[in-house]
Amino acid sequence: MTRRERRNLVNGLLFASPYIVGFLAFTLYPLAATVYYSFCHYNVVTPPVWAGLDNYREMFALSGDNLFWKSLWNTLYFTVFSVPLGLALAIGLALLLNQKVFGISAYRTIFFLPSIVPLVASSVLWLWVLDPRSGLINSTLAQFGLPQPGWIADEYWSKPSLVLMSLWGVGGAMVIFLAGLADVPETLYEVAELDGAGRFRKFWNVTLPMLTPTILFNLVMGLIGAFQYFTQVFVMTAGRGTPNDTTMFYALYLYKMAFNFLRMGYASAMACVLFLIILAATLAVLISSKKWVHYYGD
Amino acid sequence: MATSEYRHPFRVHWAAHLSLLLASALFILPFLWMLSTSLKPESRIFQKAGEAPQWIPSTDVRTVKGHNVVTYTGEDPALKGKSGVDFKTLDNEQHVLVIDGKEVKAWTEEFEIRQRIGFHWENYTQAFERMDFIQNLRNTLFICLTVVLGTVISSSLVAYSFSRIEWPGRDVLFVAVLATMMIPYEVTLIPLFVLYRNIGWTGTFLPLIVPAFFGVPFYIFLLRQFFMGIPQDLSAAARIDGCNEFAIFWRIILPLSKPALATTALFQFLFEWGDFLNPLIFLQDDRQYTLAIALQQFQSMHESAWGPLMAMSTVITIPVIVLFFLAQRTFIQGITMTGLKG
Repeated sequence: MTRRERRNLVNGLLFASPYIVGFLAFTLYPLAATVYYSFCHYNVVTPPVWAGLDNYREMFALSGDNLFWKSLWNTLYFTVFSVPLGLALAIGLALLLNQKVFGISAYRTIFFLPSIVPLVASSVLWLWVLDPRSGLINSTLAQFGLPQPGWIADEYWSKPSLVLMSLWGVGGAMVIFLAGLADVPETLYEVAELDGAGRFRKFWNVTLPMLTPTILFNLVMGLIGAFQYFTQVFVMTAGRGTPNDTTMFYALYLYKMAFNFLRMGYASAMACVLFLIILAATLAVLISSKKWVHYYGD
Repeated sequence: MATSEYRHPFRVHWAAHLSLLLASALFILPFLWMLSTSLKPESRIFQKAGEAPQWIPSTDVRTVKGHNVVTYTGEDPALKGKSGVDFKTLDNEQHVLVIDGKEVKAWTEEFEIRQRIGFHWENYTQAFERMDFIQNLRNTLFICLTVVLGTVISSSLVAYSFSRIEWPGRDVLFVAVLATMMIPYEVTLIPLFVLYRNIGWTGTFLPLIVPAFFGVPFYIFLLRQFFMGIPQDLSAAARIDGCNEFAIFWRIILPLSKPALATTALFQFLFEWGDFLNPLIFLQDDRQYTLAIALQQFQSMHESAWGPLMAMSTVITIPVIVLFFLAQRTFIQGITMTGLKG
């Protein structure tokens, strides 16, 4: 090692030292501890007691009142609807904004703002918008003589309500799509027009393929976010997952197990399984992306 | 697409505007509803069955024989001594208004009720009083600013190491940074809670603040991408001039990276401003609550106090909107930076 190399190593480690310490203390250690706790009975007050696979066995038990399965189902339901619908809406809005008409920056601001409102505030706001009796949506529906569902208070509408609310926050993904649209080379559209392509064909054969890398990014981010959905449902149901556990999401159930019932072992097992689910979903998307993501110039 | 717009300039623009107007109306209406509710008196917040949503907060003005009445008691100064208006006290000590010799049984009978635009600020004062607002705001600002400071300092140092110094093992560690971004917070939450509890940090701000001083993966990544774009020649020239590594970082790289540093500070501030989970788990005493937690607590205790709730939501949201308008370019550039290079 030359003096220069040694100096670089020392400097590199010095500059990176906050992260090295942080990684060990706030990521690696907790990660290992979660795996260990997941095999223990642990209530924080007394030391953890080794329990083998007890937590996992209890978790995967196929009894009807096992809230684990219900919370997993609720979370999958929410993910399956909110992520694709959110992507579609974000792309749609980005396409609308990509037109060169007057007032675009004002529209962009309006679409974007909901995504940066603090989640507690937007949850409280939507609770009121969805209020079955006096809420904005139902009193508007009543004007047109339309049926007025109970939204978040109704077993069948509670999850669709949350999906609807999640669509209000697609502004962040929209801005990323907007940047993706700006990167589509104008020449591709010119060539397509020479071939006689109309607006729809240009979208389907040029815009959409060129957006696939951005779709991949937003899809992965959306999936990871949806699996961890917590704050909104905690605020809107006061942490209860009502009605009839239809909004008992995975992260909410985990939170309750850990901090309401002090079952840290069981909650840790849930966290490990969640990690594996997210990992599997992300890998599946990344592997499938070889088939549907196009990079310009490839 | 420019050519097709040129061919049908009018038709395309008309359709574009209409769809944009419609979509933006749907996005902005919840905000307006929040603002409107926050300025309504309690009696106007709940709609009667079949009543259209009332967007403009109004006040009832009751008039008797052309005089505006303020109170319902017989002592109303607006009515006292006016001709044809009299008060009578019944045996059960109830005050009754007598107009032109006729006792008014129900208040609606002789009163003419009209509505006038009127903003009711009492929801705001009520929310402030019930929530210990100033304390909550101080806590939130203290946490936000300390975390922003920690994040900017530590993440830029680490990003510098990952982008401008060649050292063995660097790229392995950088992959670790990327991988940790994928780890769900639930996975590290419980041991961290236990750890903080054992060293006596729960119930203090420390669990919220300290980790920020050890580099935040998302911003390390963002800043690294930015630092990579700065020409290496600048560093080489500075080295020849005898600058050490820290001087290069401090005097050359940081001043050139203001946009990325601003993005980091802005995003982290907004995240902390609205963060719910960490304060929920690590704070215990309501003297320490942040605005987000205080609002949720208030909501769970007063589920149908929509006036104060909307007032509080408005108060929490307005700084975010103001920040957005002050730093619009930083915002959009920042999101694009993180999105496209991911």
